[in-house]
Amino acid sequence: MVFGIILAGGVGSRMGDTKKPKQFILLGGKPIIVHTIEKFYVNPEFEKIIVLCPNQWLNHTRNLVANYFPKDNNVVVIEGGRDRNGTIMNSLAYIEQNYGLDEDTIVVTHDAVRPFVTHRIIEENIRYAQEYGACDTVIPATDTIVESQDHTVIHAIPDRKMMYQGQTPQSFQAKKLKELYESLTKEEKDILSDAAKIFVIKGEEVRLVRGETFNIKLTYPYDLKVAEALLAEEKNEK
Amino acid sequence: MLNTVYQLTEPRKIETCFKNIDVTGNQVIIRPIRLSICHADQRYYQGSRSPEVMAKKLPMALIHEGIGEVKFDPKGIFPAGAKVVMIPNSPTEEDEVIAENYLRSSRFRSSGMDGFMQDYVALDHSRVLLLPDSIDESVAAFIELVSVSVHALSRFGRFAHIRRNRVGIWGDGNLAYITALLFRYMFPDTELYIFGLNQDKLSLFSFARKTFDVRSIPEDVTIDHAIECVGGEGSQQAIAQIIDHINPQGTLSLLGVSEYPVPILTRMVLEKGLCLFGSSRSGRADFQKTIDLYTAHPEIVNYLANLINVEVEINSVADIHRAFYEDINKPGGKTILHWNI
Repeated sequence: MVFGIILAGGVGSRMGDTKKPKQFILLGGKPIIVHTIEKFYVNPEFEKIIVLCPNQWLNHTRNLVANYFPKDNNVVVIEGGRDRNGTIMNSLAYIEQNYGLDEDTIVVTHDAVRPFVTHRIIEENIRYAQEYGACDTVIPATDTIVESQDHTVIHAIPDRKMMYQGQTPQSFQAKKLKELYESLTKEEKDILSDAAKIFVIKGEEVRLVRGETFNIKLTYPYDLKVAEALLAEEKNEK
Repeated sequence: MLNTVYQLTEPRKIETCFKNIDVTGNQVIIRPIRLSICHADQRYYQGSRSPEVMAKKLPMALIHEGIGEVKFDPKGIFPAGAKVVMIPNSPTEEDEVIAENYLRSSRFRSSGMDGFMQDYVALDHSRVLLLPDSIDESVAAFIELVSVSVHALSRFGRFAHIRRNRVGIWGDGNLAYITALLFRYMFPDTELYIFGLNQDKLSLFSFARKTFDVRSIPEDVTIDHAIECVGGEGSQQAIAQIIDHINPQGTLSLLGVSEYPVPILTRMVLEKGLCLFGSSRSGRADFQKTIDLYTAHPEIVNYLANLINVEVEINSVADIHRAFYEDINKPGGKTILHWNI
């Protein structure tokens, strides 16, 4: 079984002075999170789409799902965890409780604020997770990446040809993800920035899925302007 | 849903944009799987249409020949995973007399509206037909072109008088080959003569009774009816030859597209009492009839597979450019796109 995991845990502190988490901001007249869920909703591969959000936004998110999707939809909204991986673990607990976890359980985890994800990216995530156990969506880095350990001076400039920028989805065999996460020490958990790193820390292979430059994460007010510009206006009758 | 649309914004420039699809509306959501390039797409891509037409139509996603896989049907009529034909003609009204492809109110993919170069295509149920698994996907990709021939031949069946001993088809390109092939199966008792220019291409018409080089047609060759599949600058000469060789009261079916006015010797049209009629595009019934013919005569699909010149895997916009480049540099045949983007 394949599950879509929509991570809507952010409280939107980087999106200007708006109090509303960024996934609820309207894009083309519709909340960003609804656009994102729709990409999973139309894909018949998904048994269930699990949306995780902060406790105080649970009701609002459930209302949106009820308003934008038919009654018998396969979308469920549950509470997220304290951090990104805690949130993913909540989704795994939900799956385990309702469906059981086995070798064939695949989770495609995706940022609620990346509504431009494509069919191919989702399909390749599912296929690679099934074949290799884990995959991460990336694009080649266009900016030079600079490493600074003290936030003052440069300590290293890695070869850009080997650098990629991470996007989502990140997809995994759910059982393996859970087992690896549970085997991490507290120190290891503290340095996790995303779920793919759980596999990397444990020396497990994570395959690359080619992302798209337009699969942007709507984080800053600037991103929203870019996103609005990407929406084409319907040309009148030609 | 924010659907990715790959639009031609100016000649040889394709840009990504996004358009909303209402996933809970009444349309079937289809993932394109195989697409095919038509001359009309190539003309937009190269910018060889008039500047006025280019300005009016662009930006626009190209391609109106293709098949896909149903991903989601809010009405539950088409099951997820079903392979389907996507019909590019989009009527906005019904008419008891005029066919959907001739209604001036109808819109057409890759002409008045976005074509199939999209992440998903949302279509009304009437624009979707189930494709039997037995039919090769790459051949099915250009079923639209075949349905245009089937449409024209169906009209021939209605308009042409019953003496149909010999019919001549002018042209040796894709359209002529397809029209001749389908003619063979729709009118099996009629002798088929092909009139073309290129001996290599003419040699492919092995199912026809005879082929002729248009530079040396014997004077005593006569036909009861004719179908013109030449178009362009060759239209005038082809029509003139047809008028010379056709028997009185024959029909002359025009299928070749010409951008320019074509002089016709009307004196002889009048003297012979000829009936000229044009056909363009096709409608749902023509697509269904084409699928039925493929199913009843699987060898048609085998013949059509000979037309495939190149198949291109499309994983990026750069691959789309490569496909159009391959297409314009080919001697003939069809370019098929495996839509993986």
